[in-house]
Amino acid sequence: MSIFEYNGSAVVAMVGKNCFAIASDRRLGVQLQTVATDFQRVFKIHGKLYIGLSGLASDAQTLYQRLVFKHKLYQLREERDMKPETFASLVSSMLYEKRFGPYFCQPIIAGLGQDDEPFICTMDCIGAKELAKDFVVSGTASESLYGACESMYKPNMEPEELFETISQALLSSVDRDCLSGWGGYVLIVTATEVQERVLKGRMD
Amino acid sequence: MECVIGVVGRDFAVVAADTSAVQSILVHKTDEDKIMLLDSHKLMGASGEPGDRVQFTEFIQKNLHLYQFRNNMPLSTAATANFTRGELATALRKNPYSVNIILAGFDKDAGASMYYIDYIATLHKIDKGAFGYGSYFCLSLMDKLYHPDMTVEEAVDLVDKCIKEIRLRLVVAPQNFAIKIVDKDGARDYARREIGGDSPAAATTAATVATTA
Repeated sequence: MSIFEYNGSAVVAMVGKNCFAIASDRRLGVQLQTVATDFQRVFKIHGKLYIGLSGLASDAQTLYQRLVFKHKLYQLREERDMKPETFASLVSSMLYEKRFGPYFCQPIIAGLGQDDEPFICTMDCIGAKELAKDFVVSGTASESLYGACESMYKPNMEPEELFETISQALLSSVDRDCLSGWGGYVLIVTATEVQERVLKGRMD
Repeated sequence: MECVIGVVGRDFAVVAADTSAVQSILVHKTDEDKIMLLDSHKLMGASGEPGDRVQFTEFIQKNLHLYQFRNNMPLSTAATANFTRGELATALRKNPYSVNIILAGFDKDAGASMYYIDYIATLHKIDKGAFGYGSYFCLSLMDKLYHPDMTVEEAVDLVDKCIKEIRLRLVVAPQNFAIKIVDKDGARDYARREIGGDSPAAATTAATVATTA
């Protein structure tokens, strides 16, 4: 079994009309055993920039702590927040630094850039960026997430519809994956507000 | 095989662990303390490679003491958990410690809290948890019977049910368990659950009693 599947995870991000959504499951497992059902995989970098880290939970925590550290130094130096594109490059280069002993995480980065233009991107564990206009998925439920997103997504959704779509995509996907699920965590980010919602799913 | 269990109650936390020192098929002793008192209000229940377990828990304990001497205040439970995770995470890609930890503590402001830290340095705040083969029974038992704001008696009763189930269903069940508690009055021993003493004679008597009972 792959080390990426050790804890189990599902992370997805979608773009809407001047907004984006990022969501993840809540399970923390050790292979088939569930340890907790309130685990956090989506993290805030600043008000309009979030990162979801699927894969090994330990490396997700380590990576998040290092990213927060780097972003804080950047804020002090530049007296501003990082643009999503810049942040994606930072994550990418940090991952590639560990090319031959990688962090076992597949990040999803979602943010609002200049003029509140949504930006989403994913990468593999050694930092190969993959930009997308519609949605990105990662984790053990990524196959089913692709299917669900592919059929449910439509462009230019308003925040409320986007929330409904990403939630339904996440919940239906994790039901077909043994290693992820146990509820969901959804963030809807617009230029003016951030909505945070915790979903109850099939709790088995 | 090794079992470490933890439960958080209303204003206290209970940590229980087996007290067997096993190597291969031999039981070397049955009074090995696997729950360390880190400072006045912290308990660290650890399982894993015996050498790593002793070295690592002592290392954390000593660093906590050093911090207290330097700053005239103890590290909070959350800070200790994060420090422990950090040490495990840096060691992970050099020479990892194979220790799994249940860290429980009591802080004036935050109250009782407990953290799950495994050998790959996954940190998570929990209300109930278990490590080792015992966890296969304990986790489901605790899911069924746990509720927040349990009293000390209720929590220890739950731990006792876990121990009973381990003894009943686990082939390689350890003989004895130690139960410790941490609350506003500090961390301390609470009870022991023993079948048979340390001497072979006592063990045989206990075994006969157990079969006749």
